[in-house]
Amino acid sequence: MTTGYNKPIPVPQVESDFYWEKCKEHELWLRYDNDAQQAYFYPRDISPITFSRNTTWIKASGKATLYTYAIVHRAPHPGFVADVPFVTAMVELEEGPIMPTNIVMDDPTPEKLQIGMALEVVFEDITDDISLPKFQPA
Amino acid sequence: MADNSRSVAIVGVAESDQIGRVEKSNLQLHAESAYNALEDAGLSLKDVDGLMTAGTSTLTLGEYLGVNPRFTDTTAVGGSSFIIHIAHAMLAIQAGYCETVLVTHGEAGRSARSRSGGNASEPGPQFESPYGYIGAPINYAMAARRYMHQYGEDYTRQGMAEVAVATRKWANLNPKAYFKDVPMSFDEYHDSRWIAWPFHLPDCCLVTDAGGAYVVTTAERARDLPKKPVWVLGAGEGLDHGIISQMPDLTSTWARESGPAAMKMAGVTHDDIDLAMIYDSFTYTVLVTLESLGFCGPGEGPDFVANQRTAPGGDFAMNTSGGGLSYTHSGMYGMFLVLEAVRQLRGETGDRQLDNPKLSLINGTGGSLSSTGTVVLGID
Repeated sequence: MTTGYNKPIPVPQVESDFYWEKCKEHELWLRYDNDAQQAYFYPRDISPITFSRNTTWIKASGKATLYTYAIVHRAPHPGFVADVPFVTAMVELEEGPIMPTNIVMDDPTPEKLQIGMALEVVFEDITDDISLPKFQPA
Repeated sequence: MADNSRSVAIVGVAESDQIGRVEKSNLQLHAESAYNALEDAGLSLKDVDGLMTAGTSTLTLGEYLGVNPRFTDTTAVGGSSFIIHIAHAMLAIQAGYCETVLVTHGEAGRSARSRSGGNASEPGPQFESPYGYIGAPINYAMAARRYMHQYGEDYTRQGMAEVAVATRKWANLNPKAYFKDVPMSFDEYHDSRWIAWPFHLPDCCLVTDAGGAYVVTTAERARDLPKKPVWVLGAGEGLDHGIISQMPDLTSTWARESGPAAMKMAGVTHDDIDLAMIYDSFTYTVLVTLESLGFCGPGEGPDFVANQRTAPGGDFAMNTSGGGLSYTHSGMYGMFLVLEAVRQLRGETGDRQLDNPKLSLINGTGGSLSSTGTVVLGID
């Protein structure tokens, strides 16, 4: 655990307890709609694709590609002041869904961040209970 | 579809006593705006039987103002809310539910810059905020980056610069604009600091303290009031996501639905529009909105605004107040789009007055490019 961590910390909900428990084990799991045969993000018991209750969990490969990003120069919150410039991103998971995350990278520049570049998941243990899935170049 | 033509009108508009840096509470900004808009309309608070706002309960607002409304609506879908409120006021009046609706906004966006963490049980605080997805500039920058990937970085950058510079020129003509006396060249745009790449500082709207209000009433009452009625001719609204990472297509907003719906209801086409008031939270918002509304095709926004086409003297009048980029932007800017459209149609805008405009299209965007409301206003 990072001492003095002062960024926003996720508060797991009943629907997402499993997601965060698996993140703590450094595994990324997704909700899956059995009717549509499609994974989705973020976790919801009832699928937003078909509004079906016929849903389950699948383990994601942790592979993704870069969908889009911003290089943040002005910290939006006191917890991020020491991090600027840092990268907020949306990544397209191998299983299909797009998820919000950070790209872990020193001195980010547009040149180093090509849309479509291959990424892999890494986990940052921010508290004893919460590990955040982030991505780095594969 | 009902013929909404000229059944209700906007009859009064106003800002709060001052806008910009004003250390007053949100409610005081609401109240000043309400007072000024009713005065503009030639009405008094006792004429008001409908009360609408966003971001504040009408319990609080009604009590503070001293009004006992028969109809209230606090639809709050971000900055577009105050565009959508025009349609909801129209529906309530047409239904005979009330006769005169006061819609108010007040937000000390600059003086009270606390950043709420939001409701922890909702998706944004759980899945986006921990990564620094906090505040609109970062969210919209990611959408703009995707657009650049699809249509070209330099091409997109030029379009964003055109919007920023043209909008500043309008602000230079507006005595109430935050940047009234601050011109901006293309070089100054390109040399400015980064907020969240690809956004420079001038790609991002102001953060000001400001209030605004408008009054909607029946055609019958409108014709007896001192100012020329500004008719509500058509409206459309909707949304397709909440948080930015759930947006189905980062290069197209719900204006693709609300725009055509509003124009169809009004019986007008793009070429009929004399003034486009397009929510400019960011330069990119303007490009993606013009495309979504159908003023140009996907990816054609930068070409559409090229060569300062939207600046004073250009052939596409847009955001003549100086916009959220250079006039004022308290947080939920949509209210101020309405004020400018009404004033232009009435011919009250001084140095920046267009030549006899008859029709204005307003499109508000709210949330993270999430909701839109489009309204077409006209004058006899």
